[in-house]
Amino acid sequence: MAEHPSPHHPPHHAPPQPDRRDFLTKAAAIVIGGGLALVAPAAGLLVFLDPLRRKSEAGTAVKVATLDALPANGDPVQKSVLATRVDAWNRTPNVPIGAVFLQRLKDGGVRALNVACPHAGCFVDFRNSEDGYHCPCHNSSFSLDGSIKDPTSPSPRGMDELPVEIRHGTEIWVTYQTFRAGVREKIAVI
Amino acid sequence: MKNFLGWFDQRTGSKKLLHEALFENVPGGARWRYAWGSTLVFCFAVQVVTGLFLWMAYSPGAQTAWESVYYIQHEMWGGWFLRGLHHYTAQAMTVLLVFHLLQVVIDGAYKAPREINFWTGVVLLLLVLALSLTGYLLPWDQKGYWATRVATSILSITPVLGPALQRLVVGGSDYGHQTLTRFFALHAGVIPGGIIAFIVAHIYLFRRHGLTPKEPRRKPDSAFWPDQVFRDAVVCLAVLCVILFFIWRTHGAELDAPADPSAPFSAARPEWYFLFLFQLLKYFPGGTEIWGAMVVPGVLLLVLIGMPFLGQKPAGHKFNLGFLGALFAGVVVLTVLAVNEDNHNPDYLAAVQDAKHDAERVIELAQSPDGIPTTGAVSLLRNDPLTQGPKIFAKNCASCHRYDGGDGLGGTPKGAIAGSDLKGYASRAWLAGLLDPTKIDGPHYFGGTKLKSSKMVDFVKKDVAGFSADQKTQLAGVLAALSAEGGLRAQADLDRRDAAVIDQGRKSFGGIGCADCHQFHSTDPDATAPNLTGYGSHEWLVAFISNPAHPRFYGQDNDRMPLFGVTHQLSDQEIGLVADWLRGEWYVPASGKAGD
Repeated sequence: MAEHPSPHHPPHHAPPQPDRRDFLTKAAAIVIGGGLALVAPAAGLLVFLDPLRRKSEAGTAVKVATLDALPANGDPVQKSVLATRVDAWNRTPNVPIGAVFLQRLKDGGVRALNVACPHAGCFVDFRNSEDGYHCPCHNSSFSLDGSIKDPTSPSPRGMDELPVEIRHGTEIWVTYQTFRAGVREKIAVI
Repeated sequence: MKNFLGWFDQRTGSKKLLHEALFENVPGGARWRYAWGSTLVFCFAVQVVTGLFLWMAYSPGAQTAWESVYYIQHEMWGGWFLRGLHHYTAQAMTVLLVFHLLQVVIDGAYKAPREINFWTGVVLLLLVLALSLTGYLLPWDQKGYWATRVATSILSITPVLGPALQRLVVGGSDYGHQTLTRFFALHAGVIPGGIIAFIVAHIYLFRRHGLTPKEPRRKPDSAFWPDQVFRDAVVCLAVLCVILFFIWRTHGAELDAPADPSAPFSAARPEWYFLFLFQLLKYFPGGTEIWGAMVVPGVLLLVLIGMPFLGQKPAGHKFNLGFLGALFAGVVVLTVLAVNEDNHNPDYLAAVQDAKHDAERVIELAQSPDGIPTTGAVSLLRNDPLTQGPKIFAKNCASCHRYDGGDGLGGTPKGAIAGSDLKGYASRAWLAGLLDPTKIDGPHYFGGTKLKSSKMVDFVKKDVAGFSADQKTQLAGVLAALSAEGGLRAQADLDRRDAAVIDQGRKSFGGIGCADCHQFHSTDPDATAPNLTGYGSHEWLVAFISNPAHPRFYGQDNDRMPLFGVTHQLSDQEIGLVADWLRGEWYVPASGKAGD
């Protein structure tokens, strides 16, 4: 039997207007649709946020040099810090994880400064001619003891001093750590 | 064919779509100035295609990123061209974006009802800059590594969220595998996806509101096809020619030495179009960095976004033009200042030269028969005597010794020479100088040491000075024999040729008086001077540097030379590297380019 279009049923190419009374259907469609859309990003987001919970293994003392390696006149010497480097799935023992400037002090002690500029993390140079340190990136300058030399230069704090321990009379052990760049406070990155 | 097209059109509406695309009205006729948008679409298409092919050869990982880029650049068919095309098209895109922005603002194409289209354009500008920033790290070379450290450090000063943001972008507290995987995902997935979405919106809105004609209109309206398409194609061709010129000039794109967090890199600079931001940071004293890094660029960006509203006000358009002009001029001035400062900074220029040498050397080593180990190419330079030897020498030896009058790195050490000059150490010429009565107590040998008044100097100045012709011939043989002990690479051919002379020289050692103090392939408990068996060989020199006061060498007569190995001033590896460098023992490619 052939069907005839009736005035109550618009032709099929014009979609029927939703009924106002279909509140539950609308709510359910939004909730289910929204839920479906959330699953994949939520799964990804969890993995994406994973680095927030990782802690670095930095902060343990490492033997960096011996006292004989430091000039008696107090000139700093740059030394690599060799330790176990953990990079996600790789653990590599005895590789450079950073570098420090070591300096013999008049009282017989040793000062260790992290080579990373506290401004933005560049590798700082020691300049014998200027008797201090200079950052080759944005021109921060530091005195021999690591303090800020020129207050108008960009570094917010002096170079980061690291704890030093002399073991067995001559071995220099440094607790190597990195610190947040760009802030006045010295906050260890862990 | 016609039937098929008809069938296809009925089902897809392709004919209408094509017609809309090609016969868009161009008010006032086609003009060259309308081509900038098309050049950007062209460049983006080039980036997508070249990027996909690079992706097929690239491996993001701390031990594979540099290595795979090296492989693309130096080993794969046409890899240098593909990389060059991707590299320079990225630069062209930034320049073209600026042109496009200038043209849009000058022609007033940002005003109502085109505000949203203008904003999608600003977002596209930022996304393209983000592509550039993320792409810079991917080769994992020194330049990209240090520049990214700076960029992510700046991110960390964002109020409240900074440290967490930095950690998420870096993929942890330190730079490594996860930094690369994240930057790569951003560079090849997230950002291009965003760009495609915004380009679609941008072109849709452009078509919706139509082109903003440059007044006065010089010609009647015409269709996009063929006049404007032709002009667009010619401008794209010109852009491509410029890109090809740069690829040809630099043979692809630069690749520095592999990233090494323990190796200083004073040549670190961002890509040239970020130099203005780099320069700006220099003017903000400690603690105010956030103003230079975020507040000032943020305010400028807000003004840019606000242009459509400002443009509605009286004189607003003029303000916008003035603002954009001032911004552009400011960027140019800061860029020129940054370049100028670097060009007048000898330390920076020297660092650039060092970086260039390291980059060339690591490629020589990567192309050696040993190739790149699985630990990555960074170990190639760390274990290379030619690269490390001079650095170790300058830091530890040059306060007394010299190398060709300097510190090994081209510098001049402070203070007077207090040890021998070790250039050519253990070679026949060097030993001939040591046994020369006019030279032995000179500055190049024992002049600055306490050995200046020693039995050896007496022997040379008195006995050797009075040698007969026959004794002088014997001495030449002894020198050849002694020098051959080291097995120096530079003398290998000479030693082979003079095998008989060397053999005779070994026999003459005692005859001319050397055995009175030295041991040489013999045992003499009364010997008082260094044992010369194996003199100058790797083993001999390593043992000597480790402990010159050992009875095998100077014993109690050692002058001020530190016992580098015994006191652990230098590691075994460092001693080996400096010994090999002094002996001229490093990898030389078949073309014989490395070192001297």
